[in-house]
Amino acid sequence: MTSELDIFVGNTTLIDEDVYRLWLDGYSVGDAVALRVRSGILEQTGATAAVLQSDTMDHYRTFHMLERLLHAPPKLLHQLIYQIPPSRQALLIERYYAFDEAFVREVLGKKLSKGTKKDLDDISTKTGITLKSCRRQFDNFKRVFKVVEEMRGSLVDNVQQHFLLSDRLARDYAAIVFFANNRFETGKKKLQYLSFGDFAFCAELMIQNWTLGAVDSQVDDMDMDLDKEFLQDLKELKVLVADKDLLDLHKSLVCTALRGKLGVFSEMEANFKNLSRGLVNVATKLTHNKDVRDLFVDLVEKAPGPLGPLHGHPPWLPPAPLS
Amino acid sequence: MPGKLKVKIVAGRHLPVMDRASDLTDAFVEVKFGNTTFKTDVYPKSLNPQWNSEWFKFEVDDEDLQDEPLQITVLDHDTYSANDAIGKVYIDIDPLLYSEAATVISGWFPIYDTIHGIRGEINVVVKVDLFNDLNRFRQSSCGVKFFCTTSIPKCYRAVIIHGFVEELVVNEDPEYQWIDRIRTPRASNEARQRLISLMSGELQRKIGLKVLEMRGNAVVGYLQCFDLEGESGLVVRAIGTACTLDKLSSPAAFLPACNSPSKEMKESPLVHPPSHGCRSTHNSPIHTATGSRLTQNFSVSVPTLIYTGMGSGSAGKEGGPFKALLRQQTQSALEQRGGSPHRFCRRREFPFFTLTAFPPGFLVHVGGVVSARSVKLLDRIHNPAFVGIMGNTRSYKLLDWNSFNSDEPETRDAWWAEIRQEIKSHAKALGCHAVVGYSESTSICEEVCILSASGTAAVLNPRFLQDGTVEGCLEQRLEENLPAGCGFCHIPYDELNMPFPAHLTYCYNCRKQKVPDVLFTTIDLPTDATVIGKGCLIQARLCRLKKKAQAEANATAISNLLPFMEYEVHTQLMNKLKLKGMNALFGLRIQITVGENMLMGLASATGVYLAALPTPGGIQIAGKTPNDGSYEQHISHMQKKINDTIAKNKELYEINPPEISEEIIGSPIPEPRQRSRLLRSQSESSDEVTELDLSHGKKDAFVLEIDDTDAMEDVHSLLTDVPPPSGFYSCNTEIMPGINNWTSEIQMFTSVRVIRLSSLNLTNHALNKNFNDLCENLLKSLYFKLRSMIPCCLCHVNFTVSLPEDELIQVTVTAVAITFDKNQALQTTKAHVEKSLQRASTDNEELLQFPLELCSDSLPSHPFPPAKEHLESASSNSGIPAAQRATSVDYSSFADRCSSWIELIKLKAQTIRRGSIKTTVTVEKTSPMGEGNFRNRSAAPCANSTVGVVKMTPLSFIPGAKITKYLGIINMFFIRETTSLREEGGVSGFLHAFIAEVFAMVRAHVAALGGNAVVSYIMKQCVFMENPNKNQAQCLINVSGDAVVFARESELEVVSTQQPAANCQPACTGGEVTT
Repeated sequence: MTSELDIFVGNTTLIDEDVYRLWLDGYSVGDAVALRVRSGILEQTGATAAVLQSDTMDHYRTFHMLERLLHAPPKLLHQLIYQIPPSRQALLIERYYAFDEAFVREVLGKKLSKGTKKDLDDISTKTGITLKSCRRQFDNFKRVFKVVEEMRGSLVDNVQQHFLLSDRLARDYAAIVFFANNRFETGKKKLQYLSFGDFAFCAELMIQNWTLGAVDSQVDDMDMDLDKEFLQDLKELKVLVADKDLLDLHKSLVCTALRGKLGVFSEMEANFKNLSRGLVNVATKLTHNKDVRDLFVDLVEKAPGPLGPLHGHPPWLPPAPLS
Repeated sequence: MPGKLKVKIVAGRHLPVMDRASDLTDAFVEVKFGNTTFKTDVYPKSLNPQWNSEWFKFEVDDEDLQDEPLQITVLDHDTYSANDAIGKVYIDIDPLLYSEAATVISGWFPIYDTIHGIRGEINVVVKVDLFNDLNRFRQSSCGVKFFCTTSIPKCYRAVIIHGFVEELVVNEDPEYQWIDRIRTPRASNEARQRLISLMSGELQRKIGLKVLEMRGNAVVGYLQCFDLEGESGLVVRAIGTACTLDKLSSPAAFLPACNSPSKEMKESPLVHPPSHGCRSTHNSPIHTATGSRLTQNFSVSVPTLIYTGMGSGSAGKEGGPFKALLRQQTQSALEQRGGSPHRFCRRREFPFFTLTAFPPGFLVHVGGVVSARSVKLLDRIHNPAFVGIMGNTRSYKLLDWNSFNSDEPETRDAWWAEIRQEIKSHAKALGCHAVVGYSESTSICEEVCILSASGTAAVLNPRFLQDGTVEGCLEQRLEENLPAGCGFCHIPYDELNMPFPAHLTYCYNCRKQKVPDVLFTTIDLPTDATVIGKGCLIQARLCRLKKKAQAEANATAISNLLPFMEYEVHTQLMNKLKLKGMNALFGLRIQITVGENMLMGLASATGVYLAALPTPGGIQIAGKTPNDGSYEQHISHMQKKINDTIAKNKELYEINPPEISEEIIGSPIPEPRQRSRLLRSQSESSDEVTELDLSHGKKDAFVLEIDDTDAMEDVHSLLTDVPPPSGFYSCNTEIMPGINNWTSEIQMFTSVRVIRLSSLNLTNHALNKNFNDLCENLLKSLYFKLRSMIPCCLCHVNFTVSLPEDELIQVTVTAVAITFDKNQALQTTKAHVEKSLQRASTDNEELLQFPLELCSDSLPSHPFPPAKEHLESASSNSGIPAAQRATSVDYSSFADRCSSWIELIKLKAQTIRRGSIKTTVTVEKTSPMGEGNFRNRSAAPCANSTVGVVKMTPLSFIPGAKITKYLGIINMFFIRETTSLREEGGVSGFLHAFIAEVFAMVRAHVAALGGNAVVSYIMKQCVFMENPNKNQAQCLINVSGDAVVFARESELEVVSTQQPAANCQPACTGGEVTT
């Protein structure tokens, strides 16, 4: 006796959160069943392995059918085929677009192209995340990128509007898209100690202050690209290093602003000149695309100097709490 | 021109990409009704076109309005080649033809393609202007309301329940036409879908005409079925119960949209006096039936069982001769028909009711289950040639076609008439004049067809019936006053002149009347029945191998097997019932499915412990070789296991009848001379009946004899049925007896399983085991899937078995899981009983107050008692007068290891009120609010999503809510086909997606009608065929239900603050039932 066909269709689509997670994590039905068995569900419910297998298959099939809609979340809201309560819809979308820290660190700043997709095998091996899950995450990044790439207006808002993500997740995606668009190098060994959160923080500030959208929110409102004029203007910063008066003025202003807010304040004050020189050197080179890409490498290499490696926290990141 | 149909195409969304180059679509829409077609402009390059068309107006006959669906086709414009079809929407405009139902159909409909499934949505607005046309030769029956619900719909009251209406239409199946060889699968599927839609419309209209003739205004318990007879054609048949309903909220009498039947019938030239039967004379396919017709078609009647109480009946004894006997009977029945064509014009032919729940007081006594089966050979339907091109043009008319052409409907009609006649005579034999909970079904395999009908013989209260079908004997009984809750159990016939010997005792409730020891019925548990503990789903499952054979040999083989199967099924049911410690079955449905090389039997019912019936005795096991020591030990071990199971079940289902000392009961009724007796299908000729005494020495226990391995396995299988996990209950009736505090969460689902049998182990036992495992595993899966809803109950569990191929078994289950409040469930106190009794009586008053002016106006001769008497009787005894009923035993000689079961006990119990919402006053109080408000309210919780929630349930009510309006019947038929089965996720992926799409289309139609739920939803057919080698599959699904608007009780309460809390509270907090 073999089961040829085995389905369950509810008027309200049943979503099992645990199975959804297993599916998102890219486990095969067999692995998922094994994991569920290990969770002790059989003992709790008195079910048999066959029942579990059938249930898992069924959920997987449902998710597989929903996946097409999850690619364009507004469709999930408007579609008529699956009746899903709004809270469940939100959960489906949020979880589907969630990503692994380990994975995002691997692809952050890389071009979301076929070439990168080929490397997913290696990433999967390296991070221990299943290839399936890597593909989903990568495809999510790429899909969001494609949709918001040419759009005007706030990047976060665009992501939120077209993918119905939570504010937090939308910000993360904005950072990912921003990094991918500008191809910032984040994979170098020196940068490994930085978390995605660190980069996302930078991305947010850069979007706010360095992009076309930042300058004038009306004309040519683009959050994706850095404002070329602004980068050009950065060349002028050389005076901060060249001119002794300006250097001192800069120092006093920065110190006033940061006093009491920085754990490494005294070191910073002591090394201000070196730091400032490093930063200005990085800034003035930003007219070249290559240097833009290496922005973070350069920052870590040149700016923190003795600070970064010492304290594990570069000064251009949100201040570590005072201890 | 009695009607103008107006259609506006507003917009589309989520259309598929039809032009690969641009990734866009140039969509336009064709709107077709009858022979008229309109087109919208092409909306270029968009997947979300905004057509905003003008109003397309169709001027049509109301007859066409009833028959034809509105057909909307979305196409992609192509300048150079033919336009590509994106998909279609069929809209049944019938709901717009009643005055009270929907006034407009407006909303987003999924665009459906039989090959690709749903492809985007289209926004359509449909309206109908009807003109009154009083003097026309009436062919239409606009205004007659149809309900799938098998009880009186919640916001109506029954003025008169007229009785049985039936009709069938036949056509050639487009799938089997010559043209099918050259047209695309899509064209063929669409031709089929459209034809069936047309045939259902026609059928409904014809039934409507019959109802109007009977002076009714509605059909309740409408059940329409398709028989896909393959080569021999397509039969669409329907049965229902004609009623005159009155809307509770409106004090005025009901007047249908285009015509008021009650007034206008007088003017219509074609209408017969009300006493004339239910057949319309001008377009009924039958006028006379000839005997020769039937003899041409090979037919075998199958001996019928009457499941009353104990024992099973079947004519197994006369294995060989029974056929001849039955043929003879068939013949004689036929002669009767043929000989007196006037019969059709005389009074009601069949006193059948498709209802399963009744207004209080309607059901007087229940006699037991009556069923009849017959095996027929299908013949090709001969059609005129021009029907062959029907797929493309519409140059034909079904009605005309039927009348001049095929005599085929005659044959089919005669077949059914024959079966109904049999049912009727069985009911008579049980001392009953009516059959309730009546249903009909077929199972077809190649050219063999099994027709089945079953129902519950009953005695009804004549005051609900229009004419005096009820015989005089009844009236005296009506005068007897009896306590509520047990009246229906009392035997309906004289104990001294019992048609079947049965073991009778005095009713354990009232101690005045006789009751049988076990009661089987096809109806729902009456609202006022007194039950102890909870109920449970009981299933009997059976397979029988059969040799592959052709034509007549095949039919003979099947009819030889049937009685054995029926007997086995019955035995299993009885054993399982005993094992559960219960004494009555409700909602019994026995399905026999025929396949190439096997027969399957599946019986489902809900077991309960009726307080009025005696406690069932245990099951005793007896071995045949008592001297063997180890064997003896084994037997006693088994016995212990069985006893333990019974004890466990009693605990599980909370069956603890109070002990009553023997004296109170009085001495048992003198034993009838013989306890079991064979009942043949020919119940009229009772003198012929062979009498067998199979009773065992022990009177109070049912004895199972283990004489071979078969029997051993039977016992084992008894014990392998696993009870549902704690917190779960299941039943196949509307609600679970013993649970009454439903909360509002419901989940309707359909689950389908197909297993492939390995051909090696095809023995009856292996087969039985496989089938049993299949059903058990399916149930287990359901319990697991729905575990988050605990505590909950699976209600209306409906299993359907089909045998699509040699080694495939398909089981389809549709049910609804309803949560309930565990804490409240514990209160089963007497106070509740009293309260519910009180409520019952107030309900009665509301329900029974007929608007007498109206009645006397339209029906001067109807036999209602004066209103005052009415109220008195209604409030004093909950409307159920007493009488008696009995159980019968029918045993056959091949019953080699079973014997009789007879037992005694005593008990007492609480009354359970059935979960019907009958807070009549609420309706009136809230009506000013209008449903616009209701709709807004129900839409409010899902404000985030643009799609409103539409609930679906196979039940006739929605827990925690009140149905405020019925919008019309939903009856949809879909075909889905694929030539890329693997790509769509295999058979499971294909069917899963299709069923989800069917649900979506049902919901969309309901939402467009302005509704927010479908009640009495049923998937009547799910025919799945696959050909994995060709990567193909096809599936046909037919669903129906009633579209309704409901409002949450809590919302209603806010509005109707003046509503006495007592009346409203139980309903809104704990569902609508009190115990």
